[in-house]
Amino acid sequence: MAGGLILPLARDPSSRFLPWITGFMVFLAALALAAAMAVSNASSDWRRGLTGTLTVQVLPIAAETDPRALEARVAAAVALVRNAPGVARAEALPPDRMAAMLAPWLGDGAVIADLPLPRLIDVELAGGAPFDSAALARRLAESVPGTSVDDHGVWLRRFAAFARAIEVTAAIVVALISAAAIAVVVFATRSGLVVHRDAIEILHLIGARDGFIARQFQLHAMALGFKGGVLGLVLAGATLALLFHFAQRIDAALLPSLGLGAVQWTALALLPVAAAAIGMATARRTVMRALRRMT
Amino acid sequence: MVVEFQNVGLRYGVGPEILHDISFRLEPGSFHFLTGASGAGKSSLLRLVYLGIRPTRGLIHLFGKDTARAPRRDLPALRRRIGVVFQDFRLLEHLTALDNVALPLRVAGAKEGDVRAHVEELLSWVGLADRLGARPATLSGGEKQRVAIARAVISRPELLIADEPTGNLDDRSGARLMRLLEELNRIGTTVVVATHNESLVARFPHPQLHLERGEIAARAIARPAAAK
Repeated sequence: MAGGLILPLARDPSSRFLPWITGFMVFLAALALAAAMAVSNASSDWRRGLTGTLTVQVLPIAAETDPRALEARVAAAVALVRNAPGVARAEALPPDRMAAMLAPWLGDGAVIADLPLPRLIDVELAGGAPFDSAALARRLAESVPGTSVDDHGVWLRRFAAFARAIEVTAAIVVALISAAAIAVVVFATRSGLVVHRDAIEILHLIGARDGFIARQFQLHAMALGFKGGVLGLVLAGATLALLFHFAQRIDAALLPSLGLGAVQWTALALLPVAAAAIGMATARRTVMRALRRMT
Repeated sequence: MVVEFQNVGLRYGVGPEILHDISFRLEPGSFHFLTGASGAGKSSLLRLVYLGIRPTRGLIHLFGKDTARAPRRDLPALRRRIGVVFQDFRLLEHLTALDNVALPLRVAGAKEGDVRAHVEELLSWVGLADRLGARPATLSGGEKQRVAIARAVISRPELLIADEPTGNLDDRSGARLMRLLEELNRIGTTVVVATHNESLVARFPHPQLHLERGEIAARAIARPAAAK
């Protein structure tokens, strides 16, 4: 027993179920956190990709029957945009590249060439000063009919709101899981105090301080929490690896790349430590409060 | 003064008062019997002395400290100066004899290297050198008694309290135990032995605190009935 626990807490019924419950909670917490982090990563990636760019659309006009007229409007728009202050690069997407982008939905046939599709101008902004896309839209509308400017702002704001909602939901889920974990540890510790009441009284009578008795429970809860945490983390790791594997197999054009960075995997790997810390702190507080009510 | 009771009363919950106006003092190095019929309140009085319960009224001073005013955090230090041999031994069933005896040292934070040698020496002294690894369930009543005594004295307490320590022993073992307690008393430990065994009291000439209906009824030095 030297160096080990004096109270036989490992024989308590709670010692059998606590690691499994902790494992289940860490599993759920890991999935919630991983989802939040993956969505946050995707949001950042897309924001990085879209910030500093905008798209100008040159729409076909019904009265315009000569295709060269559309090309002329596109050329005029490109020239105007290139001369606008704050624009680093402006380039019209060639029709064949647009056809390639639409091929997954419309097929490779000649039908695309016959469709009245808008022509797109990809614009890259110079970094630094903020760009006034509304002013550019006004100037384009005055000079080149049938144009519109999309700075992706609306889409980005909606996606950012979605990412934030996922993060808040994950935080709520983790908070609820933590609260449930605390409740389980409190229950298990209280039942341990009842089961070992006689031994605790003897320890008190031979001069054990409350902290000494609490240490018995907190070390036990810490060990069980860590054990369950590792179990839950292994299961969550396997599940996430599987999910990310399937996500990568889906066409990249449909989904942003889902995955976690090394720091995020490390954060998830610390969940068993967090579970152990929650168990330890909760058990200590529960025991200290209960012992204060004793003689 | 090791122990001083002043008008101490005790009741459990809302029940009747089972100890009334108990007043006495135990000098350092003294040896007292606490006598009285079963149910007289001996065990309750001892529980008050070893801080197992608090009195309903009155004052208890231990080693010069008012226990009613002592903050809770000071009680463990007072308890470590007291060794208790419980009537029912109260050994921890899952621990070996060695680990049971080592408990007071471990809770006091003694170095593990010193604990084992010290405990082995003491268990040899009480004749249990070959039972170090035995658990209480495999020990006889007398062996449990000796483990309980070893646990009570391992940290060299200034006050040793024994509640009916000979209750489970035959006369010969009881006398041997009493001589062991007297030996501890000779090296300075204050000893209180609760018993209702009149022949035991008669054989060992020590002052008595006699409890009758919850009150200290008499205090006398017993005369040795026969040579020990």
